[in-house]
Amino acid sequence: MVEHRYLEGVVTLEYDEPTCIGCGMCAIVCPHAVFIMDGKKAAITDRDRCMECGACAKNCPVEAISVDAGVGCASAIIYSWLTGEEPSCDCASGGC
Amino acid sequence: MRWGLGRNHYAVTPGLYAVGTPSAESPVLVSANYKLSFDILRREVAKLDVWVLVIDTKGINVWCAAGKGTFGTDEITSRVMATKLSEVVSHKELIVPQLGAPGIAAHEVKKGCGFKVTYGPVRAEDLPAFLSAGKQATTDMRRVTFSTLERFILTPVEITILWKKILWAMLVLFLLGGIGPDIFSLTTAWSRGGNAIVVGFAGVIAGAVITPTLLPWLPGKAFALKGAVTGAAVSLLALIGFSGQLGFGNALATLLALTAVSSFIAMNFTGSSTYTSPTGVELEMRQAIPLQLAALLVAGVAFIWAGF
Repeated sequence: MVEHRYLEGVVTLEYDEPTCIGCGMCAIVCPHAVFIMDGKKAAITDRDRCMECGACAKNCPVEAISVDAGVGCASAIIYSWLTGEEPSCDCASGGC
Repeated sequence: MRWGLGRNHYAVTPGLYAVGTPSAESPVLVSANYKLSFDILRREVAKLDVWVLVIDTKGINVWCAAGKGTFGTDEITSRVMATKLSEVVSHKELIVPQLGAPGIAAHEVKKGCGFKVTYGPVRAEDLPAFLSAGKQATTDMRRVTFSTLERFILTPVEITILWKKILWAMLVLFLLGGIGPDIFSLTTAWSRGGNAIVVGFAGVIAGAVITPTLLPWLPGKAFALKGAVTGAAVSLLALIGFSGQLGFGNALATLLALTAVSSFIAMNFTGSSTYTSPTGVELEMRQAIPLQLAALLVAGVAFIWAGF
C-alpha cells in the first residue's frame, strides 16, 4: 500500500514522557501508529503521520499527551473564519 | 446514501440489539446509530452471537461523531444505564470501535458505569478475527487505510456538497459570457458562457474526481497543490486540443480558472481524507485561497476582455 504523507512539522501533538505510566492506550487508539510502546513508556515514532484526531490525548489517564484536535475539513474552516465559531461538521450538509 | 443524498435522516433507534442468540457471557459491541455503519456491523458479525449497543450519534458515523463528541463518554455511560446492560450480561466489558476513541475516554467510562472499554479493530470486517483471537488486534487492524478504491468511492461527495454553488457559478458564467461589444448578447452568452461552463465542469472533475483518485502519485503534499497540478494538466491538454483557436484571453482564462477551481475543490477533499491534520489544512488554506482567488480574478478579466 502507498503511504500518504501530509505537510511536515505542523501538527500540535505534544507528549510528556516523564508523566507516562505505560498503560499503552495511546498505542492502541492511534489510527496511524504514531505511538508505540517502548518498554514501559510510550514513544512517538513519526510525528508527521499525526492527523490530530485527539484519541491518544482523550484516552491518556494521566494527561501526558496534548493535541489541538479538530475538524480538518476545508469548508468547516472557511465557515469558522466567517463566523468566528469553532470548525464543525455541521456547516456543510452534515457530512465530514 | 454515502454520497450525501438524504444522509442526514438515516438513523437507527438507539438501544440494545441481539445478533444471533447471545447469552450473558456474549460480547457487547458498541455502534453509532448511522444506519450504514450499523448494517455493515450486523453483516460482519452475522454468524456470531453478540450484543450490539447502539448509542445515539444523531445518525452520524462513528468517526465524525467521535470528533464532535456525540459518540462520547457520556452517551455510552447513559446508554449502558438506560438499557440496564449490567442485568443483561454477566461481564463488564464493552467493545468500542477504535475510531470512536477521539470521543471516548476509556478510563472515564469505567468510572461512570463500571464497564471497561476495549478498543476493537478499525474495520468491522476484522471483528470476527479480533474476537476469536481473544480480543487482540493485529497491527493492520489498528491502522486506517486510504486506498485508491476507498478514495474513488468518496469522489461524488464533494460534488453533491457543492451542487448549489455549481448552479450559481453556471449562472454567473452565462452572464459574463454575454458581455461584449453589444453590451450584452444572448447569443454569445450561450456560446461563450456555455464554453466557460464546460471549463468550470472540467475543473470540478479535475479537483473532485481525478485528484482524489491519483492522490498519492501527484506531486506535493498540500491538496491545493495536487489539485492545481491536475487542473493545469487538464487545461493544457484542452488547450493543445483546441490548438490555438481560442485566442490569448480565452486560453489564459481557461488555464487559470481550471487550475484554481481544481485546486480549491481538491483542498476540500481534505475533509474526506483519513490522514490530514486540521492544523495542516488550515495552513495550506491560508496559503492557497489568496492564490486561487487571484487566479480566478485574472481569469475573469481575461475572459471578459476576450469577449470584445
